Amino acid sequence: MGTSTSQLSKEDVSEYQELTFLTKQEILLAHKRFVELHEDKKNPPDTRHFRLTMDKIVKLPELQCNPFRDRICHVFSTSEQKDGSLTFEDFLDLLSAFSDSATLEIKSHYAFRIFDFDGDGTLGCADLEKLVNCLTGETDDTRLTSEEMRQLINNILEESDIDKDGTVNLSEFQHVISRSPDFVSSFKIVL
Amino acid sequence: MDSDAVFYTDRSGIVTSNPLLDQLPSYQSLLYRRKSSNGGTKRRPSSRSRLGSSGSWKLSTVTRQEEKQRGQTLQRPIRELAKTINEKRTYKKQQDEARELSSWGQWRQSTRRYLRRLKEEAQGWFSSLKLWRGDIRLIEGMFGTGILSYFSFLRFLVMLNLIIFLIMFSFVILPIIIAPKSSGNITYSQSNGNVCSVYPSSARRGLVVFHEHLTDLLSGGGFLEDTYLFYGYYKVDKIHFAQITYSLPLAYLLATVAYMFLSLIWIVKRSATGFKQNLIQDEDRFQSFCNKIFAGWDFCITDKNAARLKRSSLLYELKTDLEEERIKQKIADRTRKERCRIYLIRLILNFFVIGVLAGCFYSIYLATIFSQEAQMKDEKGNSHIDLIIEYLPSIVITLANFINPLLFSIIINYEDYSPAFEIRFTLMRCVFMRLTSIGVLLFSLWSQITKCKEETCICGYNHVLYSCWETRVGQEMYKLTIFDFIIIAAVTLFVEFPRKMMVQYCDCGVVRWWGQQEFAIPQNVLEIVYGQTICWIGTFYCPILPAICTIKYFFIFYIKKVSLIKNCRPATRPFRASSSHFFFLGVLLIGLALACLPVTVSVAQISSSQACGPFVNYSTSWEVLPATVAQLPNGAQNLLYALSSEVFAVSFFVVTCLAMFYVIALAGAHKRVINQLREQLAMEGRDKRFLIQKLCQAQGNRAVQSKSQPQTRSRSSPSYHTSFSSNFSESVFLAHPPPHSSTHV
Repeated sequence: MGTSTSQLSKEDVSEYQELTFLTKQEILLAHKRFVELHEDKKNPPDTRHFRLTMDKIVKLPELQCNPFRDRICHVFSTSEQKDGSLTFEDFLDLLSAFSDSATLEIKSHYAFRIFDFDGDGTLGCADLEKLVNCLTGETDDTRLTSEEMRQLINNILEESDIDKDGTVNLSEFQHVISRSPDFVSSFKIVL
Repeated sequence: MDSDAVFYTDRSGIVTSNPLLDQLPSYQSLLYRRKSSNGGTKRRPSSRSRLGSSGSWKLSTVTRQEEKQRGQTLQRPIRELAKTINEKRTYKKQQDEARELSSWGQWRQSTRRYLRRLKEEAQGWFSSLKLWRGDIRLIEGMFGTGILSYFSFLRFLVMLNLIIFLIMFSFVILPIIIAPKSSGNITYSQSNGNVCSVYPSSARRGLVVFHEHLTDLLSGGGFLEDTYLFYGYYKVDKIHFAQITYSLPLAYLLATVAYMFLSLIWIVKRSATGFKQNLIQDEDRFQSFCNKIFAGWDFCITDKNAARLKRSSLLYELKTDLEEERIKQKIADRTRKERCRIYLIRLILNFFVIGVLAGCFYSIYLATIFSQEAQMKDEKGNSHIDLIIEYLPSIVITLANFINPLLFSIIINYEDYSPAFEIRFTLMRCVFMRLTSIGVLLFSLWSQITKCKEETCICGYNHVLYSCWETRVGQEMYKLTIFDFIIIAAVTLFVEFPRKMMVQYCDCGVVRWWGQQEFAIPQNVLEIVYGQTICWIGTFYCPILPAICTIKYFFIFYIKKVSLIKNCRPATRPFRASSSHFFFLGVLLIGLALACLPVTVSVAQISSSQACGPFVNYSTSWEVLPATVAQLPNGAQNLLYALSSEVFAVSFFVVTCLAMFYVIALAGAHKRVINQLREQLAMEGRDKRFLIQKLCQAQGNRAVQSKSQPQTRSRSSPSYHTSFSSNFSESVFLAHPPPHSSTHV
């Protein structure tokens, strides 16, 4: 058992710089915020093994208002229990995918996984409907009518479903994202 | 799609997983891209369940596939792989062990890594130097990327104006300043005693009261007239330094051309990224639904209110776009009689709009003429009235720009266009209105300048009234800039702030109907593009104007930021970051084109004033260039004459047209190929499903047959790597399946 350190060593930082898209300042800031979220000053967390539960992570102001915060935590979590808890390295993965310098391929890959609510590897009609409801709001008066929803999903599938199987798989998603000019600027979280 | 549904589908239309499908090579490659290393997947347990149904042979094909693709990914940097950090770490260790680099290779790798690290740090340092980084991040978090684009546009204009000022300063003002210090000899343009070169001084004599200083500051006259601020001060002809002779008129003209070009290139470069993507899109819809849904949420929003607003604006946008589709359908279904009626209404309303615009332009013309004549009278009236008369053109322009958008937005309701087109058309009308009003102002100024009592002016311009007409034009531009800034600050302080107070504390019906101020991005952008157009026109006559504009935009940033945070709410109809990027730069380019026109006309056509300025010895400002070229050596002269001849221009034009047609044809061919490939993909998908259906049938038939024969047969699904013939039974080729066979649910 190693000592639990709340400081990052230099080799760790340079290794993270190598493996992610984050700069040194961003890694250090991420570590600071991660430790702050832990809220327990007496036992500083061990970076490699300690997991923050999902309800603590979504207290981050950057994730608080995000309708996809649960999905984000589940996608980046490596825990066995699938409870959405993140280690510090998962947290770094999250920030790296959402950083400015991440490639479009990485961003679209993770976006696909975030939008794939049922986890079956494609975006079907149910996934798209849940996605639209997340975007517009969960209450009754902020939803689209079922007629409008059907029209919208038909339009989306018409634009993105190339092989006409009724679902959007990863390649089709990446293809439509590459032509979407807003994606890179909106798929961004900076601490 | 329903007619060729070959899958087992349950009632909700969801395709259940088919074990055969999971073995397809394309699906395997998908899994690899999603899965982590072959050690196992921690994140995708569901994929395991799809893998599980097949036999052990499949793993070998999977590993073979994975190795091939891993070989392809060797070239990519590790961080571009979509894996967790732990997996990347193990992968990297494997790679390093497998590669067994020599010490030379290791050294090369470590230097490459070090250089990359250095480059990233330099980039990070540069971006931290960017102006207003913290403020813009705050605005982005509170309001999203649509409004952010307005503020980054403001920042771009501040930078642009600063660079333009640096160009004018370093080439025109700096030589004059350092000439005495570096023992340069300044030759001033000689006045040849002509009647044209009489320039009465406009400095105030005697005791000057303080408020007259203020008047001078606001109107650019009086003590400001004979300073570096205006064109008339630069009466220098040549500066003789130790080794070289610096020709100031040439530098003045070339600096003007340089800043126009620089603005053009910078704007085009900035818009090139957005434009490329729009060109590649082959849909006629500018903003597709996919863009709105998949890239719809700004992940950088941190404020609860902003999130709520974003949701409601997204909902509004989606509903409007869906409705627009329905309206388009309705428009296509219109009868002929209805169409004629609508066209008639549109024609009448367009005539009305043209009439309104003509009226506005005429009133600007009248106001300018009146203002100029009143200034010429030089009576010592009430100084406030004098100031108002001096600012009369600006006041009329601002009033027109205030009333017209309201009028246009009322009129457009009757013209029955689709909502998106309505917005764009109103915007176009407003843009046209704003930018043309400056042109009308300048035109009326010039008609005054070139109108003399006699038929043709002796000096080419009215030397009695306008002994230094460029300075007068510079003063008008200066006044427009100052007034624009005052109006923006005043509207924020005296209109928006009380409005917010009223909405917050007073709850009567009228106030609630009026509502809180919306931060309407198009109108705000038009305001600053208007200011920038004035700056571009005015820099030739008033070289310090870019610095004034830089300071003006600097303050406008903070005014607008405070106004946004305290007084306004974002507009209900959202402005997308990408389309706004395009819109801002498009309007700015129109402004630049409009600014080039008056400057070109005045440089080339109107005689430069002979009492002031650097071009005293030349008939027009442009003439300094041919005069200088004539002094160059013969070879350079011939080259320049050849470049400017008509032959060269025509052949250049023809070559450019040919290149353009070639590129258009190429794009058309690519589009056709893309369409064919899409159809082919859809067809391939259907082929695949058809074949699988046949295979399933064949399996089913074989199972039936094998029930009667007690032989054991391998029941594993056929592999795609063995030949088909050995696994197919004849039944597949004999019978066509009936539409509702046993394989369908």
